[in-house]
Amino acid sequence: MAARRSRIPATKYPVERFTLDNGLRVVLTPDRSAPVIGVAVVYDVGIRSEPEGRTGFAHLFEHLMFQGSENLEKLAHFRHVQGAGGTFNGSTHLDYTDYFETLPSNALERALFLEADRMRGPRLTEENLRNQVDVVKEEIRVNVLNRPYGGFPWLTLPPVMFDTFPNAHDGYGSFDDLESATVADAADFFRRYYASGNAVLAVSGDIDVAEATELVTRHFGDVPARPAPRRPAFTEPDLTAERRTSYTDALAPLPAVAGAWRVPDPVTDFAAYLPYVVLAEVLTDGDASRLVERLVQRDRTVTSLGGYLGFMGDPFDVRDPTALLLQAHLPPGGDVDKVLRTMDEELDRLATDGLTEGELARTQARMATHLLRDTDAVLGRALRMAVLEQQRGEPGLLNDLPRLVGEVTEEQVRSAAATLRPERRAAVEVIAGGAR
Amino acid sequence: MTTTVPTGPRTLPPLGPTRKLKVPKQAERTLRNGLTVIAVRRPAVPLVELRLWVPFGRAHLARGAMLSQTMLSGTESMTSVQIAAELQKVGGGLSAGVDPDRLMLSGAGLVTGLDRMLELLAEVLTGASYPSDDVATERDRLVDRIQVAQSQPAHLAREALLKRIYGRHPYATQTPEPGQIRAVRPAALRTLHAERVHPAGAQLVLVGDVQPEKALDAAERALGGWAGAGRVAELPGTPPLEPGPLLLVDRPGSVQSSLRIALPAVPRTDPDHAPLQLANLIFGGYFSSRWVENIREDKGYTYGPHSVIEHSVAGSVLVAAAEVATEVTGPALLETTYELGRLASLPPKPEELEQARQYALGTLQLGMSTQAGLAALTSAYAGNGLRLDFLAEYAVRLAKATTDDVARVAAHYLAPARAAVVVLGDAERVSPGLAALTAVRTEPVQR
Repeated sequence: MAARRSRIPATKYPVERFTLDNGLRVVLTPDRSAPVIGVAVVYDVGIRSEPEGRTGFAHLFEHLMFQGSENLEKLAHFRHVQGAGGTFNGSTHLDYTDYFETLPSNALERALFLEADRMRGPRLTEENLRNQVDVVKEEIRVNVLNRPYGGFPWLTLPPVMFDTFPNAHDGYGSFDDLESATVADAADFFRRYYASGNAVLAVSGDIDVAEATELVTRHFGDVPARPAPRRPAFTEPDLTAERRTSYTDALAPLPAVAGAWRVPDPVTDFAAYLPYVVLAEVLTDGDASRLVERLVQRDRTVTSLGGYLGFMGDPFDVRDPTALLLQAHLPPGGDVDKVLRTMDEELDRLATDGLTEGELARTQARMATHLLRDTDAVLGRALRMAVLEQQRGEPGLLNDLPRLVGEVTEEQVRSAAATLRPERRAAVEVIAGGAR
Repeated sequence: MTTTVPTGPRTLPPLGPTRKLKVPKQAERTLRNGLTVIAVRRPAVPLVELRLWVPFGRAHLARGAMLSQTMLSGTESMTSVQIAAELQKVGGGLSAGVDPDRLMLSGAGLVTGLDRMLELLAEVLTGASYPSDDVATERDRLVDRIQVAQSQPAHLAREALLKRIYGRHPYATQTPEPGQIRAVRPAALRTLHAERVHPAGAQLVLVGDVQPEKALDAAERALGGWAGAGRVAELPGTPPLEPGPLLLVDRPGSVQSSLRIALPAVPRTDPDHAPLQLANLIFGGYFSSRWVENIREDKGYTYGPHSVIEHSVAGSVLVAAAEVATEVTGPALLETTYELGRLASLPPKPEELEQARQYALGTLQLGMSTQAGLAALTSAYAGNGLRLDFLAEYAVRLAKATTDDVARVAAHYLAPARAAVVVLGDAERVSPGLAALTAVRTEPVQR
């Protein structure tokens, strides 16, 4: 029976781009299907840019951007967003830091005012800094120190794979480094990286383009112009011999392992990169995927498993160097070597024998659903388009992703699988210190 | 430093006119087999969301958990891999989960695959066979998953809180023991399926790029033949909260304490609900609340404190939760009790109420602005006997609540004297500080 192929649909969100005199790039993407808007400001600075001795600083600084600004007291930002019926947050990634709000559309001008005000300058005080160092330490305790598998593998695998500080260090930061951070450090960091020329503003949802353009210009037009700093190349050579480490997690009840392989540059070599995004799904998406069928259901050597691009699971908003990751939790007493060997065997089989009939098409159809579902949220569109503008100058790529994923061929997926050799792999094993 | 032209203080722009809450186009039909189908139109992306709520109160805990774990593992004519692959072909997926109220099958796919997704749903509902091999595999996996859950402080704190507040009610224990899971056999799953997975009283919600009437027709074609009339089990109402000593659950070596406070609450339809929701926001239900501004933004004791009203079929409860540094566990409880007591004793300021009200109304709009959000809301409402129209009524109630209303409900429901408090943490280190504030009963962690 010939496998009938689902037609991959596309979205047609319109995209307006312009640049203000101060260098701020702006993306507008109207959609009037619900009376809500998404506002995102993305700065081209992330974990990889923080200085040695200041691990965790990019994230700590993100917190400081919420502590008041030129015309706003501490707490005012939160109150003004939520008092308009909206929600807010920010997040720090390897290559960028984002700040965002989702609001009823009658709050558009207010959101622009709030973002412009902190782009002019946050209120950096000793008191706010000490308060937020304490808050960040509690965040690290919740997410890393007080729970099993904390930081696995996003914090524990990069130091195995990479040699240079920008790529290898702990992006949450050591308590020592966080405690030594100063207001002067923060002022320097802001001056250098939070420049109008280093930022992108994106607004999505229930907006009129002409009106939004006027409001953006009114609020951001007089943000002082500062150019983007030169971004260093963070690249490192590929591995030529397997690297492997292990550590004991005192709270973990089950062993776990994660392996990673370098992949082509996601920005400059997108066509070569995309097959790896598809490959990760062929291997791990659902019960009909290769590795779930083999490791979970047939061999029962693995109890849960995942595969994805980028240490933070960010296939389309990370720059080189990045990786394809496979991770698995094993049953008690499970054999990590055996799991890695079986993964190698399955990759080899995929590279040699190719895919089964319909295997690629059904994976691509499922990926289209995931991509479309993410863009249904108004904020998802603003955030993704802002980063696509920043890293590629191509926010409209968001509309094209389902189709481009659908155009990846079997031959490309096989070739990608063929590169995931054990000698190019970095792996980290979690020894279950909490096994009973 | 770059010099800026001084422009004087800039003032916050006002909000534009509020757009009225608009409930999307929908249709509803109860099939002859008793299944209620609700279809809602939001055409933004060419997808459809699916939620099937099957009442599941009083189902055997371990068997219920295993049923949801293996329901998609095979039928007479299909293996688990075939089911998953057929769903993938239309960009679809299905997953199953249980809680003490319901079995939920949920998924999303390309809207062009709606008929096929419904066919596969029907295949599983009418023909899940619980193959022995798959059941054996999934038994081990579920035991593994429970072990991982039991190593997480948030899960352990939740378990202790449920036992503390629900006593002998079925809600008291929601995670089975590994030993109970190991005892579940395929035959027991087939029996449970035959007894409880039937259309009468179940609700199917479809949301997306659909014409509602046509979606109802599609559901009727696929699921009209799902038959069977098994047992219906009524859950008893939840017991009233019983205040008492703070329960300290010892987790030696913990670097944080998990603070959990349960307070009484009312169902969505109760006239007190809207003012209580506003009181909850003012206390700790959003970032700009007194509790968050106090213990996070002023004192730095915690990262993400939050309070929320949880609605279940048999009752509602308000739960406040924070993970606080071990060394400030006592002080964090002190500030928490202070903020609850302050709101229970003194009316909120009008501007505090206005801010909370705008947040409550605005987030209703945000929650309805995606297919997934609409599906979750429609299904939660339907499972509790409500329809989306109730949103409009709820919005009116939020708009009308006065400071007097909020003060009255806060005095009643947020009074710290009515709270049940659980702390999970390193007892040796936190016990003295807590004992200085309240009576404490200490227990070892349950594993």
